This record gives sequence, C-alpha cells and structure tokens, in this order.
Amino acid sequence: MDFTTFLIQILNAMQYGLLLFLVASGLTLVFGIMGIINLAHGSFYMIGAYLAFALTSMTGNLMLSIALGIPLAFAFGALLEWLLFSHLYKRDHLEQVLLTYGLILIFEELRSLTMGDDVHGVDIPAMFSASIPLSDTLSYPVYRLLISVVCLALAAGLWWLMQRTRLGMMIRAGSHDRDMVQALGIDINMLYRTVFALGVALAALAGMLAAPISSVYPGMGGSVLIISFVIVVIGGIGSVWGALVAALLIGFADTFGKVLVPEFAGLAVYLVMALVLLWRPEGIFRKG
Amino acid sequence: MNPQNSSRIALVLKLVVLAGLIAFPAFGSSFYTEMVAKILILGIFAMSLDLLVGFTGLVSLGHAAYFGIAAYTVALLTPKYDPADLWLALPASVLAAAAAAFVIGLFVLRTKGIYFIMVTLAFAQMVYFIFHDTALGGGSDGIYVNFKPDASIAGWVPFDLNEPIQLYYFVVVALVAVFVFLTLVLRSPFGRVLVGIRSNEHRMQSLGYATFHYKLAAFTLAGGLAGVAGFLYAVLFGFVTPEYLSWHQSGNVLMMVILGGMGNLAGAVIGAFAFIGLQEMFSDWTKHWQLLMGGVIVAAVLFMPGGLSALPRRIMKKVNGERENG
Repeated sequence: MDFTTFLIQILNAMQYGLLLFLVASGLTLVFGIMGIINLAHGSFYMIGAYLAFALTSMTGNLMLSIALGIPLAFAFGALLEWLLFSHLYKRDHLEQVLLTYGLILIFEELRSLTMGDDVHGVDIPAMFSASIPLSDTLSYPVYRLLISVVCLALAAGLWWLMQRTRLGMMIRAGSHDRDMVQALGIDINMLYRTVFALGVALAALAGMLAAPISSVYPGMGGSVLIISFVIVVIGGIGSVWGALVAALLIGFADTFGKVLVPEFAGLAVYLVMALVLLWRPEGIFRKG
Repeated sequence: MNPQNSSRIALVLKLVVLAGLIAFPAFGSSFYTEMVAKILILGIFAMSLDLLVGFTGLVSLGHAAYFGIAAYTVALLTPKYDPADLWLALPASVLAAAAAAFVIGLFVLRTKGIYFIMVTLAFAQMVYFIFHDTALGGGSDGIYVNFKPDASIAGWVPFDLNEPIQLYYFVVVALVAVFVFLTLVLRSPFGRVLVGIRSNEHRMQSLGYATFHYKLAAFTLAGGLAGVAGFLYAVLFGFVTPEYLSWHQSGNVLMMVILGGMGNLAGAVIGAFAFIGLQEMFSDWTKHWQLLMGGVIVAAVLFMPGGLSALPRRIMKKVNGERENG
C-alpha cells in the first residue's frame, strides 16, 4: 500500500467512524440517561436516509432537504417519546427490547409501503461533487471530507452542550438521580423528551448525510444498529466521549480490515469488541 | 383454587395437548403436519431461551447463533451423496452449539443488563458473518442437507426420517424429552441456584455460590438445547442459510418466549404456536404482515404484561376481584 492509498484509507476510516458516532452518540445518551435500550435506533438512521431521498426528489437539493429533515426528525422523536417511550422508563429491559423490536417491524413495513423496496440513489450536491487530486490517478471526494467536518463540528457542539450549558448540566444530573432532579423543580419529562428527540435527529442526520455515498436501501438500519451497539459497548454506556473514541476505533478496524483481510472484514469489528470486553467489560470510558 | 389442584390441572392439560399432538397427523394434511413440526421445533428453541431469560434472568438477544451453528454442523456433516449417521450427527450438532455457547459465554457473561443484551447480539452477528462472508457453508446462498440423517443402528432401522410422519413423531419425542429434561434441571439444586440468580445475584454470591460458573453452565446448556432445535430444523427443511443465525431469528424466538410468558416452559411452546399462528394469519391477509406483527408486539408490551400464559390468571383475578367488590 503506497502512501496516497494509505492516506485515502485513513480519511475513509475517519469519515465512516465519525458518521457512526452520530448514530451511536444518540444511542448512548438514551441508554445512559434514561436507561432505555432502543433497538429501533437504527431505524432512525434508515428513516433519515429515506427522508433525504424523498425530500431531495421534491426540492432537488440535498442541503435544503437536510435543513428541512432535521426539525422533522426532531419532532418525530419527540412525538415517539411522548406516545411510546415515556411508558418504558419503569419497565424492565426485556419489555424495552420487545417494544422497540416491534417498532423496527413497523418502521420497515411502513418504509416498504410508502417508498417501495428498491434501492435508491441520492445525488451529491453540485457544489460538493468535486474531488481533490492526491496523485496522478487517485483523488478524494470533497463530499466525504465535508461529512467528516460536519460530524467533527457536531461532536464539538455536543461536548459543548453537555459540559457548558444549563441543559447539559440538567441532563448529566438527570442521569445520576432522576428523583432528585425532579425535586429541584426541573421538568424531567421534558428533559427526557429533548434528549430522545436529539438522539433521533442525530441518527436521522447521519442517514441523510450517508444517503449519497451508501445509497438508500431496505434494511440499512439493522447493520448500523448492531455496529452502534458495539460502539456503545466499547465506549461505555452514557459516555459521549467514549462513543467518539470507540466509533473512530471501529471505523479504522472496519476500513483497514476490508483492505488487509477482505475475507474476514465483517469480523474485525467484533474481534475489537471481544478484546475490549476481556480488558474492560464495562467499556473503556465507563461512567459511575 | 389451591396450588396442588392447579398443578394437577396443568399436568392434565399438558397430557391432553400431548395426546392432541400425537393424534394430529391422523387428521391434519401433510402441509399442516410439517407446519406443526416446525412450530414444535421452534418451541424447543424457545424453551432453551426461556432457561436463560425466564429462569436465570439473562436476556440473550443472540440465541439464534447456537440454533444456526447446529444447523450448519448437520449440513456440513452430511456427505454429498449419502445420509449422515443420526447417532453421530445429532450429538455432534448439539456439542458444536454448546461449545460455541461456552466460548461466547466466557465473554458475554462478564457483562450485565443492557450490556449483556447488546453483547450477545453482537457476538451472534459475528457468527452470522462467519457463515455469510466465508465459503465455509456456501456463503450467503446457504447449503443443502441433501439427505436426512440415517437412524439405523448396526443394520437395524428403528425409524426413517425420510417419512414425514416419522420425522414428525421424532420431533414430538424431542420436544417431550427437552421439556422433561428442563423440568428436572429446574427442580434440581442447580436449577434452584439459577432462579436465585435471577431474583438476586448478589445474595447468591454472598451465600457462597460462584454465580459466574452457574450462569456459564446455564448459557452452555441453553446453547446446546438450541442446537437440538437447529438440528431438527435443518433436517426438516433440508437446507441451511445464514438467515438461521440472523438477529431477526434471535428477536423472533425472544418474542415467542415473552408471548408465552417467561419462566414457563409450556408457555414457551404456546408462544411458538401463537407467534407462527399470527405470522401465518397475517401473511394470508397481506404482504405487509410485519406491520400487523409489530403492532401486536407493541400493543402486547403496553397492555398485556406477563404474556399469553398469564392471561387466564389475570382474567381469573379480574373476575374474582369483581366478585369481591360486588
């Protein structure tokens, strides 16, 4: 592998890892703060991608579609929390697994009913469709760089939100002691609704950003869900920072696994997880 | 109703159901005989998971891995132009599944709660990729079991699995055997420890039980019994695909356990009947049957805690309660 190819693979690994971080960060927040295991989180990624496809075919512009799609996803998340998830906080994990598994079936069939079962493509917006030449034959697409930059900015924003704002403080407090936060006069239900909706919006955004490079296809939520689980396990439940590190680790393991041992590429990610489990069963950045 | 009476009624009910299962092929068409055989196999699968979920308190979302490993084992042990020896293939499949559960158990049992759910799912997905991505078992196309295993012992042929009816009875016998075996296990001191772990693992630890070893034994046992189901499923349908190990399969069997009410072996079998029954009914109505299935599952969680087998008790409670009030 020459240096340029190596550089491209590093950029790919980062881009993939950072995109996974968007999905996993919402998952880990909902786990950590509300204690809810949400199997349907991958569906939000799928919904985001289909939303990007549907809105882009209407508006003709992916950037505009994303701008429209984020508030839609956020509202959808808030609605879902109000209708269903708010009933799950006091139930055990098994019932959470059950209900969210049912939701996956519902989301997949609604997708099939409304959008069909075909694979769709979404065009990269014209202004980002260029490639940066790296050598005579190799180049790197601007859009992939853009994804990395957006995800990094969001990671920084999320850190700022959690550590430096009043909302973040309330969220962190709520994850430690729900009753105490409530006793202090904070509307914990509203807080939970906000966090859940934020998680849905982040996962949907990941789907929308990924739509042009991965295309839009049935079942795309399932594989992302399981990889996100692996990330949350490695990073430690509830740790956004852990999710970032773990997502990058997985991005590199997967990308370089595909380059170096193509036959066993699917396994690389899980081997990393097994090693981390031996070393630290509760994740690298375990909380509390 | 005193508990002794109600357990006697439960036993009578089970025997009546068993008699019904034995008589079924005389009345049902071959299509339905095969479907009932399929349901009974899934019932074995659900019982094996119930040992973990319902009795030990371990929510595994990757149980299809062991089902699939056993199915692949019989497929790979069957020569191209000959049947495999049943008395070799069956134990080999079960052992392969149990061995895989033992190794994976060493990793996953280091975790608890939500972690455990996620990690069992992830390891099952790893096994899925082993069979999906490599040529070992025909890749994503799967592999045929060209011949059903041969049951002959030194020239004597006690039964022939190529006969659908005999295969059906073989499945019924396996179901009863697994049911009785698990009932005995749960009544033994070992089973008592498992139930103790479910209600309070810390207390069991302070009583001096090495709970990790008990959980590992339960996990291995459940994997092996899932292997019995996987073996039978592969023999019944004659082919094995990676979908046998997919996480949807793990999810479906968990649905069966919960639908039937956890911690109840007969309930697991009822759950398998209910799940496949609903699936058949809905897919008769519409191509988008999963929408209805998903709706039923969501509604069941919201409105029916305890599953189907808790329904009679809940109704009784309601009736009695109203009588007391009135």
